[in-house]
Amino acid sequence: MRRLIAALCLAAAPLAATGEEVTTFTLDNGMDVVVIEDHRAPVVVHMVWYRSGSADEPPGSSGVAHFLEHLLFKATDTMESGELSEVVAANGGSDNAFTSYDYTAYFQRVAADRLELMMRMEADRMNNLRLTEEDIVTERNVILEERNQRTENNAGALAREQLRAAQYLNHRYGLPIIGWKHEMESLDMQDALSFYDLYYSPNNAILVVAGDVEPQEVLTLAETYYGVIPPEEHLPERFRPEEPPQTAERRLTYVDPRVSQPYLTRSYLAPERDAGAQEDAAALVYLSELLGGSPFTSALGVALQFDSQTAVYSGAGYDAMSLDDTTFNVTVVPAEGVTLSEAEAAMDQVIADFLANPIDLDQMERIRTQLRASEIYALDDVEGIARRYGAALTQGLTIEDVQAWPGILQAVSAEDVKAVAEKVLQRRQSVTGWIVPSEEEAL
Amino acid sequence: MFRFAFALFLALASTARAEVEIQEITSPGGIDAWLVEEHSIPFVAIEIHFDGGSALDLPGKRGATNLMTGLIEEGSGDMDARAFQSAREALAASYEFDVYDDGLTVSARFLTENRDQAVDLLRQALVDPRFDQDALDRVRAQVLSGIASDEKNPNRIAGRAFYSAAFGDHPYGTADSGTVETVTGLTRDDMFDAHRNVLVRDRAMVSAVGDITAEDLGALIDTLLGDLPEGGAPLPDRVDFGLTGGITVVPYDTPQSVALFGHSGMERDDEDFFAAYILNTILGGNGPQSILMEEVREKRGLTYGIYTYLVPKDHTEMWLGSVASANDRMADTVVLVQAEWQRIAEEGITQDQLDAAKTYLTGAYPLRFDGNGPIASIMVGMQVQGLPTDYVIHRNDYINAVTLEDVNRVAAEYLRPEALHFTIVGQPVGLESTQ
Repeated sequence: MRRLIAALCLAAAPLAATGEEVTTFTLDNGMDVVVIEDHRAPVVVHMVWYRSGSADEPPGSSGVAHFLEHLLFKATDTMESGELSEVVAANGGSDNAFTSYDYTAYFQRVAADRLELMMRMEADRMNNLRLTEEDIVTERNVILEERNQRTENNAGALAREQLRAAQYLNHRYGLPIIGWKHEMESLDMQDALSFYDLYYSPNNAILVVAGDVEPQEVLTLAETYYGVIPPEEHLPERFRPEEPPQTAERRLTYVDPRVSQPYLTRSYLAPERDAGAQEDAAALVYLSELLGGSPFTSALGVALQFDSQTAVYSGAGYDAMSLDDTTFNVTVVPAEGVTLSEAEAAMDQVIADFLANPIDLDQMERIRTQLRASEIYALDDVEGIARRYGAALTQGLTIEDVQAWPGILQAVSAEDVKAVAEKVLQRRQSVTGWIVPSEEEAL
Repeated sequence: MFRFAFALFLALASTARAEVEIQEITSPGGIDAWLVEEHSIPFVAIEIHFDGGSALDLPGKRGATNLMTGLIEEGSGDMDARAFQSAREALAASYEFDVYDDGLTVSARFLTENRDQAVDLLRQALVDPRFDQDALDRVRAQVLSGIASDEKNPNRIAGRAFYSAAFGDHPYGTADSGTVETVTGLTRDDMFDAHRNVLVRDRAMVSAVGDITAEDLGALIDTLLGDLPEGGAPLPDRVDFGLTGGITVVPYDTPQSVALFGHSGMERDDEDFFAAYILNTILGGNGPQSILMEEVREKRGLTYGIYTYLVPKDHTEMWLGSVASANDRMADTVVLVQAEWQRIAEEGITQDQLDAAKTYLTGAYPLRFDGNGPIASIMVGMQVQGLPTDYVIHRNDYINAVTLEDVNRVAAEYLRPEALHFTIVGQPVGLESTQ
């Protein structure tokens, strides 16, 4: 039965800056729809994003968002376990899913004339999953092996987990997406279904369709398949315990004989892109490039890898996309014969010099040019553009924010970077980790 | 210079069709290239492949080609490393240089608005590298850091042990990054030698996709490659896969064991290659749930992933697989793989499995042509394999022509459970090295 269909149709918004054609709708049941046109090849990417990720999990059930993502490939009322992927493959397509702190998303890439089939199956598993106890036991073993592969077998990944746990005192970003091993081992049917019943609902989901499609066609199909699913009335307000202001520097040493050579990494709590207020985040993008982007032209690279040969690698990173407070990171791998404390002192000197001296305006312009060019190169990858919208809409941003972002990036000034650097690069709001093969290396 | 152009219509499933118009051109200077014009986005992707690669390392100089490749972007002409990179960043061009056993690849993309400058800069790097001593020492330290890291990485440890046992002294038997000893001993002269031996005009294959005409591409290629010398180092000899069936355990203190397994394979130009390719897809490839994924992951939860690969290299052939299981479960995984390998060799696959694999492979093929960079890469890959431009039209016919009889004949002949060798890194319970 089709419910009342009164979709809100926003005008297509072609982007002056980038050229992608984007049209958005909202279905009557609250499901958002984003259509991105790219008619170069008869291919479509069909994605459903849920505004729920590992940071939305209840305490004690870390990993359940990702566990559920695996379980969504099991049986529904009308499909057998694994059938969805088989049908996608039989149509020459590929499918997969991914879970992050703020979202869980499912996607298929297939010939454009198969869109309806994809929608029918994706809509089906939004509401009609039928799990067995055997599914739970077997798939729990699979995610434990996934954790073995990604984390337990990888000293660097284990260290990152500890660093993040130290960075976030109060927010769920301090827990690994895949879950703590001891909690994963006890995930059960009830954990999975509670998360599913609450969050896998049209009013918590965003449909992104990108490729060789017409927006009105997509809307009609979306109304047919997704529009009939009732909204979840008890969907909670998205509330996460926020980080308190950090007022004391935190330090830790991770020792693992599988570390091939010692290195240090520091994270600073930093603002993310917020709806209507992306300027600080844009300035932080420049800061990460200026401080540790290119090894040949960034402040850390020039000072530590060229002028002083202190480091074999140095770099900075900043992930602007996050629902809540994110981090700004710097990493240094000391050169042979350089201790971690020498390397850290050298790194701190670079940061102090950066804050004390004027910003190199030529470097600022090179970064601006590259950011502008990256928008042109991005047009070659419609799936990447689709991911931008899905990630943005599940992380508190709007379509307008996504479309304003390239312009905001172009408008960043050296003064903006300086101001945000002074705010963020403070050791009292940082976590510094030394990652070493033995205790002796940490002396 | 313009030879001919024709349109290729890829039948995609039933209704949709993808159009990829490949032009074969010869530059005024006599260099061949393939081009797909795509003027809707103002940039070009160029892909160049030099046959040979790190297998051309001279005796005692293992790692020279790899180090040389890392130095191409570290100074050329009158620019040192920093001046070169500042110039590249100002143009927002990207140049990637990569090397593997059988080839050195250059992947570049640059904007239409500054194409000439971007091409001149890339030409300078390819034709006139400096190999400054300070750059050499700096990149050498990075390579040595990578080698140290590999020595603690279970997957790399498995690869090194497996290939060393399979190929011994042949270049395929050692990692192309070299050893601490060989890399430490490399000099500037070794870099110039490696450059002269690998980056030669007559071993280059070129493709371009994007906002450029055939005429402009011809001139561009002459600028880029025209000043390179001809005649590189002799290619290595053929080598047979030298491992026999059994298990090698490399003890390593880590919770999950990783296994690399395999035996000899099939040449790319064998007339049964498509049958083997389909068989591999069904056994452990991507696409529909493979037999090994079904048995090892879906039914028993023994792993996060298990995959098999047909690996036809220039001078040998392998059929490989990889899997990781917790130390106390790896023994179960190995038994299952051996049993399935044997079962498929004896019983073959079913018509349903063959049909599903064909539908997937023929449907997925056009979806690969999804962007300037990917298309440029596919076109160079075709040239490396000696395929004609119209291969893209006929490729799905080759897949569809394979019969169940073909696949099962290949399974019986090429899947040899008794020859499968497993190299396992970790502390696998109940498994020991065989003699």
